[in-house]
Amino acid sequence: MIKLIREEPSIDEALQGLRLRRVGAVSIFVGIVRGETGGRVVEALEIEAYDEMALREMERIRVEALKRFKVEEVAILHRVGRLKVGEIILIILVAAAHRDEAFKACRYVLEELKRRVPLWKREITPMGATWVEGEGVEGC
Amino acid sequence: MKVRILYFARLRETLSIDEETIELPERTTVETLLGILKNRHQALRRLRFLVAVNAEYASPNRGLREGDVIALFPPVSGG
Repeated sequence: MIKLIREEPSIDEALQGLRLRRVGAVSIFVGIVRGETGGRVVEALEIEAYDEMALREMERIRVEALKRFKVEEVAILHRVGRLKVGEIILIILVAAAHRDEAFKACRYVLEELKRRVPLWKREITPMGATWVEGEGVEGC
Repeated sequence: MKVRILYFARLRETLSIDEETIELPERTTVETLLGILKNRHQALRRLRFLVAVNAEYASPNRGLREGDVIALFPPVSGG
C-alpha cells in the first residue's frame, strides 16, 4: 500500500493487509511532528507534495526493497497538508518472515524516502513559516 | 514544441508561479531549458533545485519532447 493522505493514518488498519501466511515479523516506523527544532518552537507543520511523482517514487522504493531484502510486503503512508505537533507524518511497515530483514528494509525505505520522494516540509513557528531544505539527490 | 513547467515549494513561492507552458525548438535538452528559465526567472540562479521530467529525475543531457512535463523543486524534505 502506497498512499498520500490528508488524515492521520491508523497503524492497525495498515497492519491488516500484512498478516500474510509467510510473515512472522512486521517492523513499523512512525514519524511524528516534533514541537521544536534547533531550539525553536514549532507550532505546526505543512507538507507539500508533487503528488504524481511522490506516489511513483514511493512505489519504486517499495519495489526496490522487495528485490533487495527478503521481505514479503512494504506499505508507505505519508501525510500531506497541515499537521499539528504530535501527529503522525509517516508510517512505514515492512513485513518479512524474520525480524532482521524487516528492520533492514524498513531503514532502507525510510532513508530513500527522505532522499528522493518529492515532499517538502514547512515549519510554522511563532516567528513565521520556514521551508525545511533537505539533502535531496545529486541534482542539476 | 510545447512543454509544461511545474514549480514546487520554495521555488513556487520565490518565483510567484506554479506552472507555465513554453515553446521550445525540437530536441531541446534539460540543460538548455534551464538556461532559458534562468533568464526568465532571475531568482532561479540563486536557488538550489532538482529537475524531473514526466515524474522521474532527469539528467541535464536529457532531450525533451512535445508535451513533456518538467518539474523544478528544492531538495526534498519529507519523512
